[in-house]
Amino acid sequence: MRTRSGIRRIDWIVWSLAAAFLVHAAVAAVPPTQAAEPTAYAEECGACHTAYPARLLRPADWAVVLASLDRHFGVDASLDATTRAAMARQLGVDPAVASAATTKAAPRITQQGWFREEHDEISAQQFRSPAVGSAANCSACHAGADRGQFDEQSVRIPR
Amino acid sequence: MFRKALIAATVLLAAPTLADTPESLMRGYAEQARTTSASYAGPSPAAGRRLFHQQPRDWSCATCHTDQPTATGRHAITGKAISPLSPVANPERFRDAAKVEKWFKRNCSDTLGRLCTPAEKADLISFLLGVKEGA
Repeated sequence: MRTRSGIRRIDWIVWSLAAAFLVHAAVAAVPPTQAAEPTAYAEECGACHTAYPARLLRPADWAVVLASLDRHFGVDASLDATTRAAMARQLGVDPAVASAATTKAAPRITQQGWFREEHDEISAQQFRSPAVGSAANCSACHAGADRGQFDEQSVRIPR
Repeated sequence: MFRKALIAATVLLAAPTLADTPESLMRGYAEQARTTSASYAGPSPAAGRRLFHQQPRDWSCATCHTDQPTATGRHAITGKAISPLSPVANPERFRDAAKVEKWFKRNCSDTLGRLCTPAEKADLISFLLGVKEGA
Protein backbone atom coordinates (compact mmCIF):
# COMPACT_ATOMS: atom_id res chain seq x y z
CA MET A 1 0.00 0.00 0.00
CA ARG A 2 1.54 3.28 -1.07
CA THR A 3 0.49 6.50 0.57
CA ARG A 4 0.73 9.91 -1.10
CA SER A 5 3.74 10.79 1.04
CA GLY A 6 5.34 7.43 0.18
CA ILE A 7 5.21 8.28 -3.52
CA ARG A 8 6.69 11.70 -2.82
CA ARG A 9 9.55 10.12 -0.93
CA ILE A 10 10.34 7.79 -3.79
CA ASP A 11 10.22 10.74 -6.17
CA TRP A 12 12.62 12.63 -3.93
CA ILE A 13 15.07 9.75 -3.90
CA VAL A 14 14.96 9.34 -7.69
CA TRP A 15 15.36 13.07 -8.33
CA SER A 16 18.12 13.39 -5.73
CA LEU A 17 20.11 10.60 -7.33
CA ALA A 18 19.54 12.00 -10.81
CA ALA A 19 20.64 15.50 -9.77
CA ALA A 20 23.70 14.18 -7.91
CA PHE A 21 24.65 12.07 -10.91
CA LEU A 22 24.43 15.07 -13.23
CA VAL A 23 26.56 17.26 -10.95
CA HIS A 24 29.10 14.47 -10.58
CA ALA A 25 29.20 13.94 -14.33
CA ALA A 26 29.72 17.63 -14.97
CA VAL A 27 32.48 18.05 -12.38
CA ALA A 28 34.41 14.78 -12.51
CA ALA A 29 33.75 13.12 -15.85
CA VAL A 30 34.83 15.84 -18.28
CA PRO A 31 37.51 14.22 -20.47
CA PRO A 32 40.89 15.43 -19.18
CA THR A 33 41.97 16.63 -22.61
CA GLN A 34 38.97 18.97 -22.85
CA ALA A 35 39.42 20.23 -19.30
CA ALA A 36 43.16 20.73 -19.78
CA GLU A 37 43.02 22.33 -23.21
CA PRO A 38 42.49 26.07 -22.58
CA THR A 39 44.91 26.51 -19.70
CA ALA A 40 47.52 23.74 -20.08
CA TYR A 41 50.10 25.84 -21.90
CA ALA A 42 49.72 29.01 -19.82
CA GLU A 43 49.66 27.07 -16.56
CA GLU A 44 52.40 24.53 -17.20
CA CYS A 45 54.90 26.75 -19.02
CA GLY A 46 53.90 29.96 -17.27
CA ALA A 47 54.70 28.44 -13.87
CA CYS A 48 58.44 28.93 -14.49
CA HIS A 49 58.73 31.51 -17.26
CA THR A 50 56.76 33.74 -19.63
CA ALA A 51 54.26 31.59 -21.53
CA TYR A 52 56.05 32.37 -24.79
CA PRO A 53 53.49 32.79 -27.63
CA ALA A 54 53.39 29.89 -30.09
CA ARG A 55 54.43 32.19 -32.95
CA LEU A 56 57.93 32.63 -31.47
CA LEU A 57 59.03 29.16 -32.69
CA ARG A 58 58.15 26.98 -35.67
CA PRO A 59 55.94 23.92 -35.01
CA ALA A 60 58.90 21.60 -35.75
CA ASP A 61 60.88 23.38 -33.02
CA TRP A 62 57.99 23.18 -30.54
CA ALA A 63 57.83 19.45 -31.26
CA VAL A 64 61.45 19.08 -30.06
CA VAL A 65 60.70 21.20 -26.96
CA LEU A 66 57.72 19.01 -26.09
CA ALA A 67 59.60 15.77 -26.76
CA SER A 68 62.48 16.73 -24.44
CA LEU A 69 60.65 18.24 -21.44
CA ASP A 70 62.39 15.85 -19.01
CA ARG A 71 65.65 17.75 -19.73
CA HIS A 72 64.34 21.23 -20.47
CA PHE A 73 67.27 23.71 -20.52
CA GLY A 74 68.81 22.01 -17.50
CA VAL A 75 65.64 21.29 -15.52
CA ASP A 76 63.10 18.50 -15.39
CA ALA A 77 59.83 19.90 -16.79
CA SER A 78 58.26 16.52 -17.56
CA LEU A 79 54.50 16.29 -18.06
CA ASP A 80 51.99 13.47 -18.25
CA ALA A 81 51.07 12.35 -21.77
CA THR A 82 47.54 13.83 -21.67
CA THR A 83 48.71 17.33 -20.76
CA ARG A 84 51.57 17.17 -23.26
CA ALA A 85 49.15 16.21 -26.06
CA ALA A 86 46.86 19.12 -25.12
CA MET A 87 49.82 21.50 -25.28
CA ALA A 88 50.93 20.07 -28.62
CA ARG A 89 47.52 20.91 -30.08
CA GLN A 90 47.72 24.44 -28.67
CA LEU A 91 51.14 24.89 -30.28
CA GLY A 92 50.06 23.50 -33.65
CA VAL A 93 52.13 20.34 -33.29
CA ASP A 94 51.04 16.77 -34.07
CA PRO A 95 50.80 15.14 -30.59
CA ALA A 96 52.38 11.95 -31.98
CA VAL A 97 55.50 13.88 -33.06
CA ALA A 98 55.64 15.73 -29.74
CA SER A 99 55.78 12.46 -27.80
CA ALA A 100 58.41 10.72 -29.97
CA ALA A 101 61.79 10.35 -28.26
CA THR A 102 64.41 12.81 -29.47
CA THR A 103 68.11 13.38 -28.83
CA LYS A 104 67.98 16.87 -30.38
CA ALA A 105 68.71 19.87 -28.17
CA ALA A 106 65.66 22.06 -27.66
CA PRO A 107 65.88 25.25 -29.75
CA ARG A 108 66.20 28.54 -27.89
CA ILE A 109 63.90 31.42 -28.79
CA THR A 110 66.77 33.79 -27.94
CA GLN A 111 68.99 32.16 -30.61
CA GLN A 112 66.51 32.66 -33.43
CA GLY A 113 67.63 35.05 -36.17
CA TRP A 114 64.65 37.39 -35.72
CA PHE A 115 65.23 37.59 -31.95
CA ARG A 116 68.90 38.59 -32.35
CA GLU A 117 67.95 41.18 -34.95
CA GLU A 118 65.19 42.69 -32.80
CA HIS A 119 67.52 42.86 -29.77
CA ASP A 120 70.80 43.81 -31.48
CA GLU A 121 70.96 47.11 -29.55
CA ILE A 122 70.71 45.32 -26.18
CA SER A 123 74.07 44.39 -24.68
CA ALA A 124 74.88 41.14 -22.88
CA GLN A 125 75.34 43.18 -19.67
CA GLN A 126 71.85 44.64 -20.00
CA PHE A 127 70.37 41.15 -20.34
CA ARG A 128 72.34 40.01 -17.27
CA SER A 129 71.50 43.05 -15.10
CA PRO A 130 69.81 42.18 -11.78
CA ALA A 131 66.50 43.66 -12.92
CA VAL A 132 66.40 41.45 -16.03
CA GLY A 133 68.42 38.34 -15.17
CA SER A 134 68.35 36.74 -18.59
CA ALA A 135 67.01 37.21 -22.10
CA ALA A 136 64.32 34.66 -21.22
CA ASN A 137 62.71 37.18 -18.84
CA CYS A 138 60.58 38.94 -21.48
CA SER A 139 58.35 40.78 -19.02
CA ALA A 140 61.31 42.66 -17.50
CA CYS A 141 61.08 44.99 -20.53
CA HIS A 142 57.87 43.94 -22.30
CA ALA A 143 55.10 44.58 -19.76
CA GLY A 144 52.52 42.83 -21.97
CA ALA A 145 54.62 39.68 -22.55
CA ASP A 146 52.30 37.43 -20.55
CA ARG A 147 49.49 38.53 -22.89
CA GLY A 148 51.64 38.01 -26.01
CA GLN A 149 52.24 41.76 -26.53
CA PHE A 150 55.74 42.78 -27.61
CA ASP A 151 55.25 46.03 -29.55
CA GLU A 152 58.28 48.30 -29.59
CA GLN A 153 56.47 51.43 -28.29
CA SER A 154 55.73 49.83 -24.93
CA VAL A 155 59.27 48.57 -24.26
CA ARG A 156 60.72 49.88 -20.97
CA ILE A 157 64.26 48.74 -20.22
CA PRO A 158 64.83 48.78 -16.43
CA ARG A 159 67.92 50.65 -15.26
CA MET B 1 15.25 15.18 5.46
CA PHE B 2 15.30 14.21 1.80
CA ARG B 3 16.40 17.69 0.87
CA LYS B 4 19.36 17.21 3.21
CA ALA B 5 20.02 13.83 1.59
CA LEU B 6 20.01 15.51 -1.82
CA ILE B 7 22.52 18.14 -0.69
CA ALA B 8 24.72 15.53 0.99
CA ALA B 9 24.70 13.26 -2.06
CA THR B 10 25.53 16.17 -4.36
CA VAL B 11 28.41 17.36 -2.19
CA LEU B 12 29.85 13.85 -1.73
CA LEU B 13 29.71 13.02 -5.43
CA ALA B 14 31.11 16.39 -6.50
CA ALA B 15 33.85 16.29 -3.87
CA PRO B 16 36.62 14.16 -5.50
CA THR B 17 38.12 17.12 -7.36
CA LEU B 18 38.25 19.25 -4.21
CA ALA B 19 39.16 16.63 -1.65
CA ASP B 20 42.94 16.98 -1.32
CA THR B 21 44.43 18.96 1.56
CA PRO B 22 48.06 19.23 2.70
CA GLU B 23 47.15 17.07 5.70
CA SER B 24 45.42 14.36 3.63
CA LEU B 25 48.32 14.24 1.16
CA MET B 26 50.83 14.00 4.04
CA ARG B 27 48.83 11.14 5.59
CA GLY B 28 48.69 9.38 2.20
CA TYR B 29 52.47 9.56 1.79
CA ALA B 30 52.96 8.40 5.39
CA GLU B 31 50.72 5.39 4.74
CA GLN B 32 52.78 4.53 1.66
CA ALA B 33 55.96 4.79 3.76
CA ARG B 34 54.47 2.50 6.39
CA THR B 35 53.74 -0.22 3.82
CA THR B 36 57.46 -0.47 2.96
CA SER B 37 58.82 -0.12 6.51
CA ALA B 38 57.04 -1.47 9.58
CA SER B 39 59.27 0.65 11.85
CA TYR B 40 58.32 3.93 10.08
CA ALA B 41 57.72 6.51 12.81
CA GLY B 42 55.57 9.03 10.89
CA PRO B 43 56.25 12.42 9.26
CA SER B 44 59.10 14.43 10.80
CA PRO B 45 59.18 18.24 10.38
CA ALA B 46 62.88 18.23 11.38
CA ALA B 47 63.73 15.74 8.62
CA GLY B 48 61.62 17.84 6.24
CA ARG B 49 63.63 20.95 7.15
CA ARG B 50 66.92 19.11 6.49
CA LEU B 51 65.59 17.89 3.13
CA PHE B 52 64.50 21.43 2.22
CA HIS B 53 68.07 22.70 2.68
CA GLN B 54 69.90 19.65 1.36
CA GLN B 55 72.03 20.55 -1.66
CA PRO B 56 73.98 17.62 -3.09
CA ARG B 57 74.27 19.33 -6.48
CA ASP B 58 73.54 22.82 -7.89
CA TRP B 59 70.28 23.59 -6.15
CA SER B 60 68.34 23.00 -2.92
CA CYS B 61 64.61 23.68 -2.48
CA ALA B 62 65.63 26.98 -0.87
CA THR B 63 67.47 28.10 -4.02
CA CYS B 64 64.15 29.00 -5.65
CA HIS B 65 61.72 28.91 -2.68
CA THR B 66 64.11 30.93 -0.41
CA ASP B 67 65.16 29.99 3.16
CA GLN B 68 61.70 31.07 4.30
CA PRO B 69 58.98 28.88 2.69
CA THR B 70 56.30 31.45 3.56
CA ALA B 71 58.04 34.05 1.36
CA THR B 72 57.70 34.61 -2.39
CA GLY B 73 60.46 32.79 -4.24
CA ARG B 74 62.25 33.40 -7.51
CA HIS B 75 63.15 30.88 -10.23
CA ALA B 76 66.94 30.46 -10.23
CA ILE B 77 67.23 30.57 -14.02
CA THR B 78 64.34 32.62 -15.37
CA GLY B 79 63.83 35.00 -12.44
CA LYS B 80 60.05 34.42 -12.46
CA ALA B 81 58.31 34.98 -9.12
CA ILE B 82 57.16 31.79 -7.34
CA SER B 83 54.25 32.10 -4.91
CA PRO B 84 55.00 30.91 -1.33
CA LEU B 85 55.38 27.13 -1.01
CA SER B 86 54.08 26.76 2.53
CA PRO B 87 50.30 26.28 2.91
CA VAL B 88 50.63 28.51 6.01
CA ALA B 89 51.13 31.48 3.66
CA ASN B 90 49.50 30.14 0.49
CA PRO B 91 46.27 28.12 0.86
CA GLU B 92 46.46 27.04 -2.81
CA ARG B 93 49.48 24.82 -2.10
CA PHE B 94 49.11 21.01 -1.78
CA ARG B 95 45.45 20.92 -2.89
CA ASP B 96 45.79 18.58 -5.88
CA ALA B 97 47.49 15.17 -5.63
CA ALA B 98 48.42 15.03 -9.33
CA LYS B 99 49.96 18.51 -9.27
CA VAL B 100 51.90 17.69 -6.10
CA GLU B 101 53.25 14.48 -7.65
CA LYS B 102 54.25 16.34 -10.83
CA TRP B 103 56.29 18.90 -8.89
CA PHE B 104 57.87 16.38 -6.51
CA LYS B 105 59.02 14.39 -9.55
CA ARG B 106 60.50 17.44 -11.29
CA ASN B 107 61.99 19.20 -8.30
CA CYS B 108 63.44 16.14 -6.55
CA SER B 109 65.30 15.28 -9.77
CA ASP B 110 66.52 18.87 -10.17
CA THR B 111 67.77 19.16 -6.57
CA LEU B 112 68.67 15.65 -5.37
CA GLY B 113 69.15 14.02 -8.76
CA ARG B 114 66.65 11.29 -7.87
CA LEU B 115 63.00 10.77 -6.97
CA CYS B 116 61.91 11.46 -3.39
CA THR B 117 60.57 8.62 -1.24
CA PRO B 118 57.04 8.73 0.19
CA ALA B 119 58.59 9.24 3.66
CA GLU B 120 60.55 12.27 2.39
CA LYS B 121 57.42 13.75 0.81
CA ALA B 122 55.50 13.35 4.09
CA ASP B 123 58.43 14.92 6.00
CA LEU B 124 58.55 17.89 3.66
CA ILE B 125 54.81 18.59 3.89
CA SER B 126 54.93 18.33 7.70
CA PHE B 127 57.80 20.85 7.74
CA LEU B 128 55.92 23.24 5.44
CA LEU B 129 52.78 22.98 7.57
CA GLY B 130 54.73 23.77 10.73
CA VAL B 131 56.62 26.90 9.66
CA LYS B 132 55.57 30.22 11.17
CA GLU B 133 54.66 33.03 8.82
CA GLY B 134 57.36 35.71 8.66
CA ALA B 135 59.52 33.86 11.20
